[in-house]
Amino acid sequence: MKSKRLLAPYVAWMTVFTLIPLGVVVYYAFTDSLTGQFTLANLNNLGAYLPIFLRSIFLSLISAAICLLIGYPVAYTIANTSPKWQRMLSMLVMLPMCMSFLLRTLAWVAMLEDTGIINSLVTALGLKPLPLIRNNGSVILGMVYNYLPYMITPLYTVIMKIDPRLIEAAQDLGCNHRQVFTRVILPLSVPGIISGVTMVFVPAVSTFYISQKLGSTGTTMIGDVIESQFKTAYNPNLGAALSLVMMILIFICIGFMNRFTDNDEEGVVTP
Amino acid sequence: MKKFSRVFTVLVFLFLYIPMIVLAVASFNTGTDMAAFKGFTLSRYAELFRDRSLLALLGNSVIISILASLIATVLGTMAAVGLHNARGRLKSAVMTLTNIPMTNPDIVTGVSLALLFAFTGSVLKIKSILGFWTLLIAHITFNLPYVILSVLPKLTQMDPDLEDAALDLGCTPSQAFFKVILHDIMPGVISGFMMAFTMSLDDFVISYFVTGSSFITLPVEIYNYTKKPIHPKIYALFTLMFLTILVLMVVMNLLQGKDAERKLRKRGVRA
Repeated sequence: MKSKRLLAPYVAWMTVFTLIPLGVVVYYAFTDSLTGQFTLANLNNLGAYLPIFLRSIFLSLISAAICLLIGYPVAYTIANTSPKWQRMLSMLVMLPMCMSFLLRTLAWVAMLEDTGIINSLVTALGLKPLPLIRNNGSVILGMVYNYLPYMITPLYTVIMKIDPRLIEAAQDLGCNHRQVFTRVILPLSVPGIISGVTMVFVPAVSTFYISQKLGSTGTTMIGDVIESQFKTAYNPNLGAALSLVMMILIFICIGFMNRFTDNDEEGVVTP
Repeated sequence: MKKFSRVFTVLVFLFLYIPMIVLAVASFNTGTDMAAFKGFTLSRYAELFRDRSLLALLGNSVIISILASLIATVLGTMAAVGLHNARGRLKSAVMTLTNIPMTNPDIVTGVSLALLFAFTGSVLKIKSILGFWTLLIAHITFNLPYVILSVLPKLTQMDPDLEDAALDLGCTPSQAFFKVILHDIMPGVISGFMMAFTMSLDDFVISYFVTGSSFITLPVEIYNYTKKPIHPKIYALFTLMFLTILVLMVVMNLLQGKDAERKLRKRGVRA
């Protein structure tokens, strides 16, 4: 009884401002932008955006994989320092996230552009300037840079909680360093890997701005298209249809990834 | 091996902080191009403090963040207590509701709320509905899950006999809550508030979709700035904000460290 009274305002709020808006997205996706009548035209038009969808997924998966490769050793190193250092380092991992991602992305532009910081060093050495910007690589770099903390934090949380006695037991039973890692530590960090990959993939696949600044017209992402439908092309109905498809796609991906973990509770690690 | 992983970790931290260094250096630059350092000056900071409109935007951001995180903390703490006492279907339904904004990409949250507001506006015949109130509602909505997910673990850790003891000793249920439970879960409430506040202060994607020209926050205006050559006083503002957050976080970290040590001593060393 008491718990219901305490929950009521929250449930009411979330229903009005989370559930109903998703219903409104569906409504807009199935109506015409001018007449407001039911139509499937918005969804039929989505075929033209298939290459952009595929590119977004492809670039985000690569970014998530790179984040995992870079983030795992870092999370492992942090988890093996003293508690004092652990607190300080895990805070320093998250700190960049508190700063404007627009300006941080602009700083990367200043570094990578043809007359940028890196290329002026390269030309000072007498070499030709490198094509560092406006390609798939620079978009991936921007995403890895922006979302790496989302990978390190859940990995660190999971690795830190691994019982050191399990590692000692494996060593006592004759495992060498590599076997301890592949047979004990790595399997136990799977929940962290899953939630890290999810937490990088979801914002990466839906990102806008990064590809506008670091990419070219050939690297447009689905987030950029949605943004333009709302802000410049003024076709919110098409934007809603695109958002709907992206949302369903992400739910499928999350569902697919969660199948690798049998324990859902541990899979949900929040920043 | 250990040495290699330490060096690698240092390099990754350098990678995470390079854009901050570039922006900080740019704030002392006499030129306006981030990529070319012309000479040293402090005048960007003087220009920053003379720019009333920029400081007003910062003020807007702070007002929204404080209001949204305070309301979200009160609503979220109530909901967490209710959720802690709830069982079965109700609990899992509310947890699902809480996870929706966490798993939905920011752009979908922003777009769905924007459509809800547009829909409400067209029904109520309000021309420009987007502004302070829509922004506040959106910020409260995305802050709520952070508060709940940081208070809930503290409630689980709490000794369940505490509340019964307080009731036995003659507390009314509300006295038991304010004097005993709230006291025990306070660290979770405070960290939930802090998390909500920082998320709010830096939010660009959701704010961008749900606010109009009548009320603009700093991150949204920075986006407008980045479409044209950006004035270096923005870099000065970024540098000052970065240093403020860095100092705040380090201080909080040291305080937490002291607190953790004290608790460890009080309970006898367990580790």
